[in-house]
Amino acid sequence: VRRLLPAPVLSVALFAVWLSLSPTVDAAAVLLGALVAVVAPALTAPLRPTPVHVRRPLVAARLLGRVILDSLRSNVAVSTAVSSRRALRSGFVRVPLDVRDPNALAVLAMIVTATPGTAWAELAHDRSALLLHVLSLEDGPGLVATIKQRYERPLMEIFE
Amino acid sequence: MSDVASAVLRLALGCLVLAMGFALLIAVVALAGAVAALVGSFGLLSLRSFFQRVHAPTLASTVGTWSIALATALQQSLVRDQVFVHALLVPAFVAVTAPITTIFLMRAATFRRRVAGEDAPPPLG
Repeated sequence: VRRLLPAPVLSVALFAVWLSLSPTVDAAAVLLGALVAVVAPALTAPLRPTPVHVRRPLVAARLLGRVILDSLRSNVAVSTAVSSRRALRSGFVRVPLDVRDPNALAVLAMIVTATPGTAWAELAHDRSALLLHVLSLEDGPGLVATIKQRYERPLMEIFE
Repeated sequence: MSDVASAVLRLALGCLVLAMGFALLIAVVALAGAVAALVGSFGLLSLRSFFQRVHAPTLASTVGTWSIALATALQQSLVRDQVFVHALLVPAFVAVTAPITTIFLMRAATFRRRVAGEDAPPPLG
């Protein structure tokens, strides 16, 4: 099984996406989906330099819910900031990182991008720090603490 | 006879109210997405610096995309009388690909500012 499915999570995801996109779920669709789920991860293995270990599905589900809620809140905040005519105090924030797994960092990039008001600017070569641009910077240290507590810690639990 | 007729009438009215309620809900969700995209586009026009403007389209790629995909999934599920979730894959793919463009744009802008000697954060090393 290890050799046939080197990336089981990816295989399951591909299979599910394939079935949900096929107009009818019949034997042919299932067979083709299974073929895609086996062949595609094997062909794209060189694109994943480090193996992906995903643990703690409950933590992952809670993180997803948290991110959606935070994103909704940021959407409202950025909408009001954009609509009001007063000048914004934008700036860069340096976030020291404890997480090192590249897959976890990729998800952190997704989270930061999915939260309006924060944009990923740069990652240190040794992955020890992250540079963020913040649209409305009121409490820099508070924001760093929030990111580390809310996103980085669960990501370390899931990926490391 | 009139009892049956009035029962049928009441049932039909109930269905109508329910359908209208769902239609209204779907319309509100779709409109919320459209408003988010509009505000994001407005921000792209009105914000002053590049680093501020980069935040505005995020409204369209989050709530804008989510709401319209959700409205599509709800409406199609009702019309087709079966669960229809294709549309919900769109926000997932957008969430995966959006960081790529943002990171490229941000890095290019930061690099240009540093080269030009303008106000930019020091490299992280």
